[in-house]
Amino acid sequence: MSSSNPSFNELDDIYQDIILDHYRRPRNKVNIPDPDLFSRGFNPFCGDEVTLMITLATENQIKAIGFTGQGCSISQASASILTELIKGKSLKEIMEISDVFRNLVKGLAVSDEDLDKLGELEALKGVSKFPVRIKCALLPWSTLEDAISKNKDL
Amino acid sequence: MLNPKEIRKDFPILNVNVHGKQLVYLDNAATSQKPNQVIDTLTAYYRNYNSNVHRGVHTLSIKATEQYESAREKIAKFINAPSDSLIYTKGTTDGINLVAHSWGLENIESGDEILLTEMEHHSNLVPWQILAEKNGATLKFIPVTESGALDLSQLNILLTSKTKLVAITQMSNVLGTINPVKEICRQAHALGAYMLIDAAQSVPHMPVDVEDIGCDFLAFSSHKMLGPTGIGCLYIKKAILETMNPVNHGGDMVKEVTLNQATWNDLPIRFEAGTPNIADAIALGTAIDYLTELGMDQVQAYEEHLTTYALDVLKGLSEDFIFYGIPDPTKRGAIISFYSPEIHPHDIGTVLDRQGIAIRAGHHCAMPLVNGRLGLPATARASFYIYNTEEEVDMLVDSLKKTLQYFNR
Repeated sequence: MSSSNPSFNELDDIYQDIILDHYRRPRNKVNIPDPDLFSRGFNPFCGDEVTLMITLATENQIKAIGFTGQGCSISQASASILTELIKGKSLKEIMEISDVFRNLVKGLAVSDEDLDKLGELEALKGVSKFPVRIKCALLPWSTLEDAISKNKDL
Repeated sequence: MLNPKEIRKDFPILNVNVHGKQLVYLDNAATSQKPNQVIDTLTAYYRNYNSNVHRGVHTLSIKATEQYESAREKIAKFINAPSDSLIYTKGTTDGINLVAHSWGLENIESGDEILLTEMEHHSNLVPWQILAEKNGATLKFIPVTESGALDLSQLNILLTSKTKLVAITQMSNVLGTINPVKEICRQAHALGAYMLIDAAQSVPHMPVDVEDIGCDFLAFSSHKMLGPTGIGCLYIKKAILETMNPVNHGGDMVKEVTLNQATWNDLPIRFEAGTPNIADAIALGTAIDYLTELGMDQVQAYEEHLTTYALDVLKGLSEDFIFYGIPDPTKRGAIISFYSPEIHPHDIGTVLDRQGIAIRAGHHCAMPLVNGRLGLPATARASFYIYNTEEEVDMLVDSLKKTLQYFNR
């Protein structure tokens, strides 16, 4: 992919085709009525916004998930990938993924085994080279953690 | 006409490389760069006469006091104010808060109205929200037209005998719009209202004369006008200043103190409790010297020229970007906000940064204007100053074209 201009090569690390595809065609960008878990995440610094709505199949397993929001390609693609990745998973598995993803975008070492859990999220690895954009990638995940923690029964 | 090539020699930071490219600094509405003269003034103070002001009898303290007070005189003259009506603050935000906490708390009453605009920076909005809630006043807003001007046809409806204060920016930090503050001030005074001007964007870029405008309060910051951060000024009309009580109390602002009471010092240091920001105040004086030597009419003329050029060449990108603000470059400052429905402003900002070009992306601390009135999540903003060149504008245009190609791959 991409350009012959050398200063754009580094940008390919952050703006992978997968990311731009999720940005332009976000998955599960729908309102879910009567969600069991709900949170609106907002980044006051740049105005990025992600709202997550989740219904549970069992007390511990996600049935349906939708998001709404606006913001940069990184925050919105991260949200879109999140919704695809966590469907059907248990809350414990989700929290594990969230931890691994945090380490990945902060540039910390991640084992191959852990990397396998991330699926398309791995495409956001390059964000670690753009420190001010790390919070964009993490916004949907912080929002998810907030939605889960707000539900004390879980 | 100013010669930016000559001016650039005074600004060492303009030779810095960013990602292997020479810096193109187009974020001047956020903060300006500093010339050697200002940097040298700062280091000279700390190297040669660092000392406290207004109290020592020793040589260094006398020199520091002289420099601190002569800077005040220069700055006051710069906006045509008497120097005893000019208070040093931390910046525009600090100045507006001082007015709200001192004059505002004591004079704005239940049922009073405060008239603002839809284009205010949060610093000229939030202090009034807090005050209105505390004292039971109502906020009203002059709307912004489609083209980005204030809708002054609403003024005689919004401005009433209940209006106690009109607080307005002289230049929008998002749209660049220059507001007719003198005329608004005249109408405000005719109804007995007071007038505050947020001059954070205007004082650095155009001649501002508080006497001519007739305003009661005017606040600005040093760091947007070649000076250091952490210092700014608040002008208050003498007759009002004399009635106001200080917000901060302690050293320097008192005349006589007993165990149980104190009397206030003279104006304006009554409002400058504690050891002030001496070095930065003196260095702001040097920034004022620099701008005075160039001539503020020349500064404004050059920026108008550069804005005219920029708006003209940016027209070539109008299929992909929406450009905001009044089309007439004589009615706006050198600030251009733009938006692409396809590429988010932060992504534009990141890609331009890799080309060495610094712009701002976000809501610019004016969420009611950007998110509310314009209905955008954010804008990208290029803002110019005396050292920017037509070549740099061309580089911006070229890089925006490359950004489009990159994202539309």
